[in-house]
Amino acid sequence: MPFYSEKVMDHFQNPRNVGEIKEADGTGEIGNPVCGDMMSFYIKVKDNIIEDVKFKTFGCGAAIAVSSMVSEMAKGKTLDEAMLITNASVAQELGGLPANKMHCSNLGADALHKAIEDYRKKQGEKS
Amino acid sequence: MPDIYFENHANTRVDERVIDVMLPYLREYYGNAQSIHSLGTHSKDAIEKARSQVAQLIGGQESEIYFTSCASEANNLAIKGVAQAYRQKGRHIIVSEIEHFSVLNAARRLSQQDFEVTVLPVDQYGLLSPEDLKKAIREDTILVSVQHANPEIGTIQPLAEIAGLCRERNIPFHTDAVCTAGIMPIEVTKLGVDLLTLSGAQFYGPKGAAALYLKKGIRIVPQIDGGIQENGRRAGTENVPAIAGFGAACEIAAQEMEDNYRHMIKLRERLIKALPEKIPYLYINGHREKRLPNNINISVEFVEGEGMFLFLDQKGIYVSSGSACASKALKMSHVLAAIKVDTAVGQGSILLTLSKYNTNADIDYLLAEFPPIVAKLREMSPLYGYFQKTGQRRAAGPGTDYEHEHEDDQNQEDG
Repeated sequence: MPFYSEKVMDHFQNPRNVGEIKEADGTGEIGNPVCGDMMSFYIKVKDNIIEDVKFKTFGCGAAIAVSSMVSEMAKGKTLDEAMLITNASVAQELGGLPANKMHCSNLGADALHKAIEDYRKKQGEKS
Repeated sequence: MPDIYFENHANTRVDERVIDVMLPYLREYYGNAQSIHSLGTHSKDAIEKARSQVAQLIGGQESEIYFTSCASEANNLAIKGVAQAYRQKGRHIIVSEIEHFSVLNAARRLSQQDFEVTVLPVDQYGLLSPEDLKKAIREDTILVSVQHANPEIGTIQPLAEIAGLCRERNIPFHTDAVCTAGIMPIEVTKLGVDLLTLSGAQFYGPKGAAALYLKKGIRIVPQIDGGIQENGRRAGTENVPAIAGFGAACEIAAQEMEDNYRHMIKLRERLIKALPEKIPYLYINGHREKRLPNNINISVEFVEGEGMFLFLDQKGIYVSSGSACASKALKMSHVLAAIKVDTAVGQGSILLTLSKYNTNADIDYLLAEFPPIVAKLREMSPLYGYFQKTGQRRAAGPGTDYEHEHEDDQNQEDG
């Protein structure tokens, strides 16, 4: 059996939504002390909906696939819906991750949530 | 798609001639080598022929060669066996910090019993200082083990000098020569070693056979108790096909060593020159000259090793990585840590090890496929983005900081 599922390999090899958003409404960044991975998420929000998501990731195959999957799951969702994306749901969508790579899935949702919190904080400051 | 194998310190492709030698011992001569009927005698003869071939490769006596199932077993036998045999004399053992885990963990096991282990550091190139060893040796030191060359960074130790220090003090000296035996000329008497580990799987022999050279007069306690095999020092039914293949691999290696050595070093030099030219912020780990002919260890900054490894795999190129992510333990390689490669840079480490079967076309293919992979991963990397924008480096997360100044110009020239 291959180390990674077909879906993980697909997202790793053809990651969706790679990049940065220049004037992002919210940004979130997470570093992983376990293995030194890092993810940055950028979101564009309109009418409480995540209109666009981009990410950049330094990390292993699983970390890249997780970022890509999170970006796909978040796009078009309301902020509240996106906050419900969990590490477990990301791993599930990817068809599972090897046990020693589960910690990578923690990063993706956390980085996205951080970007949403950043957006909300900025909104709060504006009003 | 091609199959390009660059992981030859892990294992090598078995030479066809070796397979031919092995097959009769699977098909026809399946007798137990300890049986004295005709079928058993065939097996016994095969083992003794192999013993002679191994002895010739390293310049030892046949009676000094003990077959084991793998190099890890030979290392365990050497470390634990000598420690137990000499425990009345002392309880102190010295090893280097970049030894293979079969030496490090065997020593660690002894340290949990009533032995004391000193682990000597190495310099930024992976070299052990004989001065450090001199200072570490004590009255009660009963064993020193330092590898001949390192499988990850390829650094070749000043072994004769190290062995000489031990000899002067009458301390048994063991070397793990898994990376050098069959690849470079070895003469145990010239090196002055008392015990030496070698494995046929590293030079086109099969898995399942390795050997410990044990100089006459050095005592050892067996680690597998049982029958009388291997002169009572290693019990267990002999793996005759593998041992016969191991012997054949030794004979072929001795005959063709010079050509293979030259061939591999040519390919190695091509890579060491071309890789930093084609990929900026790429550093060569290990020693420039005191290096195995088939070892290239690089760190590619701003990307992570497993990502490169997986993309290369998709192109039919098989390598290893010393990065934390690529290891099951999620720790950077202990060897890269020992030579103080920054964790942030060590994350992007890739190990390429060559064999006699690699060709210039393999190198061309790697040089064509590798740079776009790095470019793609860097495009995704927030660390590279930050570096491009600011000219500054930053670490990925806590505990993965840069500790050293990076002088790019110098590194690029060095590379």
